[in-house]
Amino acid sequence: METEFCDLLCIGAGLAGERVAVEAATAGFQAICLSIVPPRRSHSSAAQGGMQASLGSCIMGDGDNTDVHFKDTIKGSDWGCDQEVARIFANTAPKAVREMAFWGIPWNRVVPGNSTYFKGGKKFEKVESSENEGLITARDFGGTAKWRTCYTSDGTGHTLLYTMDNKVVELGVKVHDRMEAISLIHDGETCTGAVVRCLKTGNLKAYLAKATLIATGGYGKIYRESTNAVINDGGGAIIALDTGIVPIGNPEAIQFHPTGIVPTNILVTEGCRGDGGTLLDVDEKRFMHEYEPEKAELASRDVVSRWMTHHIREGHGVKSPYGDHLWLDIRHLGKKHIKTKLREVEEICNNFLGVDPITQLIPVRPAQHYTMAGVRTNKDGAAYGLKGLFAAGEAACWDMHGFNRLGGNSLAETIVAGKVIGEKIVEFLKGYDVAFDTGLVKGAMARDQERINRFVSSKDGHENVYDIRNAMQDELMDRVGIFRNGKDLQKAVDNLQEIYERAQKVGLRSNGVGANPELGLVLKIQGMVRLALCVSYAALQRTESRGCHAREDYEARNDRDWLSRTLATWKEGDTLPTLDYEPVSKVMELPPGSRGYGASKIISQDGEVIGA
Amino acid sequence: MGRRLKFNIFRYNPLDSDSSPHTDTFFLEETDSLTLFIALTQIREGQDPSLQFDFCCRAGICGSCAMVINGRPGLACKTLTKELPMEITLMPLPVFKLIGDLSVDTGTWFRSMNDKVGSWIHTEKGLDPDAREERMDNALAEEIYELERCVECGCCVASCGTANMREDFMGAVALNRIARFMLDPRDERDEREYFQVIGTDEGIFGCMGLLACEDICPKNLPLQDQLGILRRKMGWSAVKHLFRFK
Repeated sequence: METEFCDLLCIGAGLAGERVAVEAATAGFQAICLSIVPPRRSHSSAAQGGMQASLGSCIMGDGDNTDVHFKDTIKGSDWGCDQEVARIFANTAPKAVREMAFWGIPWNRVVPGNSTYFKGGKKFEKVESSENEGLITARDFGGTAKWRTCYTSDGTGHTLLYTMDNKVVELGVKVHDRMEAISLIHDGETCTGAVVRCLKTGNLKAYLAKATLIATGGYGKIYRESTNAVINDGGGAIIALDTGIVPIGNPEAIQFHPTGIVPTNILVTEGCRGDGGTLLDVDEKRFMHEYEPEKAELASRDVVSRWMTHHIREGHGVKSPYGDHLWLDIRHLGKKHIKTKLREVEEICNNFLGVDPITQLIPVRPAQHYTMAGVRTNKDGAAYGLKGLFAAGEAACWDMHGFNRLGGNSLAETIVAGKVIGEKIVEFLKGYDVAFDTGLVKGAMARDQERINRFVSSKDGHENVYDIRNAMQDELMDRVGIFRNGKDLQKAVDNLQEIYERAQKVGLRSNGVGANPELGLVLKIQGMVRLALCVSYAALQRTESRGCHAREDYEARNDRDWLSRTLATWKEGDTLPTLDYEPVSKVMELPPGSRGYGASKIISQDGEVIGA
Repeated sequence: MGRRLKFNIFRYNPLDSDSSPHTDTFFLEETDSLTLFIALTQIREGQDPSLQFDFCCRAGICGSCAMVINGRPGLACKTLTKELPMEITLMPLPVFKLIGDLSVDTGTWFRSMNDKVGSWIHTEKGLDPDAREERMDNALAEEIYELERCVECGCCVASCGTANMREDFMGAVALNRIARFMLDPRDERDEREYFQVIGTDEGIFGCMGLLACEDICPKNLPLQDQLGILRRKMGWSAVKHLFRFK
């Protein structure tokens, strides 16, 4: 049995995983990062627009501070987040962004003097002070009171990930790439590592660690139309759910981004609208300002995505062979701006659409983008249910996003959570020793090997894994999307339960030898359908509308009955998750109120109905 | 009706004793805006589930999917089939170790490259977590970002004459990385320290000036300029060193 020991095992080497590893390595602990791709290919690299931190150095960010950032984040979450965590986050973000500057990020900087900017298609003037020349500047993003999103052109995730991995190389942290954790090693109380499949050879290996971190990103790929990379299939959430003990927090909290390009669903950044881009309909007319007079195109993502879908349903979409869509217009921002601040957008439009965004409109429509959901942890990043298990980044429900994440708050979360949780893990490791139970490890390895053998020999049946994945993706896309209702959700749950039964009978069509890609998906498919059932069933039970969770049959946000977080666990042998609930936040620094954008019918905590 | 595309794909699974290197042929109906990402995914899911290749972001951002497309290294995800003839031949990138079929091990190569060139800010300074950041001119930040856009896809290495002949050649990617740090005032390495890293035949003096890297780079990095600048700087540094100028 091949075995590796370390103090900290980071499953996932994107920004959150590597930031935690950096913290542990700096404190003298041995950390190993596992990654299913070379670390610099992690999906963090695809985040374009930027990272929120209330530095307040640019003139449009003047007067910004951690309190304003905190409030924007709570409102964005539709009061669904943990306010203690949001407070830690907002307070730490400026330090984290400066630390990244010290490590080498070429942040865009304040240029003094007059310049123009666009808002709602109109041109405005601003004057940057010479006093702040050369400090980190920021751009506008949705749902924020100030310009707060720090950026490097529209490759912010890329520069952050490269700089972080540079730090990892400098510190000599080991990254074992093309290694996929397929189960956690635990005894029901303590987690002591993971069983890992090598994606170069197909061999299994046990990694034993005092602390194990899940930082595997989101699970967008259970949806058919998603901006996510092909690797975002929920591997980390699946192995956590498989324990039967560790819950997924708010599985139903799934974000749709307003501007996926049609037909490939590749993201074009919110920075397009932040920098003054507008959304147009079939008549090439703006419409967002009619629904959202104040914020217009820059309301939060859940709100903009809903109005876009509504506008298309009203018959104002542009017909295409790939279904109706709307337009994103950045032409008026001009060639120079697009070629320096929106370079990746220009490249994506040229390559995948044959569209020149300097002179042409970009076809867009909302696509699945982010899972606020994830492995539920406390404010220290420790997972519920198993000692020694932690989670950070999109994979976690640390819960600063609640039911809607603000643009620019995900990159910020990876860096901030990585730093904060990294420090907490260092504290944990300092006072902690654990006994590795070789029998337990042997059992876990044998169980996974047996699973592989069954699939390879098609012992349980011959179901085609790709057919099952497609059926699951269609179900979520068609019935658990932007607008939801009881009838469709019930149907989704019923159909997914049938799909789950079929998923028990998958068999391999290829021989499964070596780094076989079919086996990779087969090992995950049951877990993916379990996640899909968590999303649908939790959405069915939540009889209110909050943030991204919009119920046509329960239009009000119901603070009387639903100021709570869903906790979904999966007991062995069950065909549905077990749902429990906890209060959204122990501390209510900002009591529930109106977001200031979005349709706002609210049933207050004392049962009063407020708003339209 | 779309074209009927013919794909000739290199096949070999080194871990399967029954496998030997050969080419398999697949046919696919061409659809609107078909990319090699969509085509290869359809072939795997519909025709041969054992087919190995690498995609991740499928948006030209992560650099996973470099392969040799009709004789030319490129990113498969952003290659539209309409830009190719009806017969498409796909081979794995040379220089890198083969994992299987079209999949190669770029991770090990790039980690070692980053290690060799010291791809991080070398500084004696400490960070004061409560202080404001050091200032930087925005134009310089943009200049650094220009070189930082490299996605480590490996196309420049695979297309490089020297790298194909000599395993120890660092390639344009490493030289561009050094150029990036030389621009950055936060990196305190001086010219002699950079010279130590790249002032050899494994580095800048190994470049034969064929410049396929410049033609091939999927991110259109200005590699020709950077190689020229580095060669001049390092050449001058060698001369200074020889005559002990200070």
